[in-house]
Amino acid sequence: MDDKLFEILEYGVYGASILLILIGLYAVLTKRSLIKIVIGMSIIDGGIHLLLITIGYLKGGTAPIFSPGYEEAAAQMVDPVPQALVLTAIVIGFGVTAVALSLIIRLYRHHHTLEIDEIKRLKW
Amino acid sequence: MIYLILIFFLLILMLSAAVYAVVQKDLLYAVIATGVISLVLTAVFYMLQAPDVALTEAAIGVALTTIIFLITIRNTKRHEDDYNKKDNLKSPLK
Amino acid sequence: MKKFLVILILAVLGFHLFEAFSGLGLGVTRFEKGVKDYYLEKTVSELHVANTVTSIVVNFRGFDTLGEVTVLFLAVSAMGGILYKRRHQTGDRSVLFSSSSIVRSGSKLLFPAIILLGVYVFIHGHLSPGGGFQGGAIIATGFLLMLIAYENFSVSHNTLSYIESFAGIFFVGIGLLGFMNGGTFLQNFLPAGVLNNLFSGGVIGIIYVMVGFKVAAELTGLIYTILHEKD
Repeated sequence: MDDKLFEILEYGVYGASILLILIGLYAVLTKRSLIKIVIGMSIIDGGIHLLLITIGYLKGGTAPIFSPGYEEAAAQMVDPVPQALVLTAIVIGFGVTAVALSLIIRLYRHHHTLEIDEIKRLKW
Repeated sequence: MIYLILIFFLLILMLSAAVYAVVQKDLLYAVIATGVISLVLTAVFYMLQAPDVALTEAAIGVALTTIIFLITIRNTKRHEDDYNKKDNLKSPLK
Repeated sequence: MKKFLVILILAVLGFHLFEAFSGLGLGVTRFEKGVKDYYLEKTVSELHVANTVTSIVVNFRGFDTLGEVTVLFLAVSAMGGILYKRRHQTGDRSVLFSSSSIVRSGSKLLFPAIILLGVYVFIHGHLSPGGGFQGGAIIATGFLLMLIAYENFSVSHNTLSYIESFAGIFFVGIGLLGFMNGGTFLQNFLPAGVLNNLFSGGVIGIIYVMVGFKVAAELTGLIYTILHEKD
């Protein structure tokens, strides 16, 4: 019973992260307001980070920290390398979002609109 | 057993918040839904035995990203307008 | 028509991604001896550091951390260059107004506690989950609370620039010191102490304290720039 539930969980977590990437991609490709596009990029970031950490999970594993009393438990620890990569990726994703939003503020002050089709048509 | 059911419930909550954030036209509600996605991601990261990543996502994804979006919405428009394809003479300056 | 085409492309992409990842399996070991076994073993035997992710981020792959700190610095500089406000701009709503009295008195109580928590998190980065990035973000959240609650609370931009630059120079300086003592950039040259002690791991604790200061100053400067735009 537990094994069958664990198999369903495998499809569940991978499927949820791939669905998050697809929902964010739909927002980037279809929507017209610039802030909606940046929200879509933020959702894609969340999906990718979840996918990376799920790859490194070990069944019955524990966090990779050697507390006093657990110094010999290296065989049951989850993979620490994807966690180090995702740590960097979260901070850089936030930096990209901040620069994109400041560009949107400048663009709104100049054109007084936020739709990408209007901005393409307006001349100087 | 209850652990797995809890993860399923959290994943369904995350996906419904994502769909709500994309569909909703009032941008304030969409930004709060993005914050809910980051919050649920923090809980799922903790359940997948990654406490450092959970701390970083909680501090940066929930608090700072939401506040930057809110300041941008305050400086620009709040509602996403409907784009009329047949109305080519609509002036953008009101 | 366009939406139908987009949904078709997304369905094909989703099907191929799902097919690639469902054959992978969740929670199985995939290699006999991988990179993680080397890192997990060297962390205890050579470095005497309890948190493996800290030792990977600062010591084994420390150059990537230097690059990440540089990218944050570039992002804050770009934002400072993009945002400025002209003198007579009509139709702008002001972002700053004073809050109610509950928020004001509550934030005065919470602000020292949040700063203390952030400093605790980045000092004990190598013993428990935490580190420089997490502690810096927590401190920036504390400053954000004070900036929102009070209208004329200001952080002097000069002090933030000095702290950030000094922390960055210190980071590169420790790397160059390792160059002169051991042989490579960012090499560990201080003696590694006993496991689970505060002074263990050589340079790792010192580098993470500097990264904590730098990230806190940068994120506070970012929030301050987007709230108060210069003329």
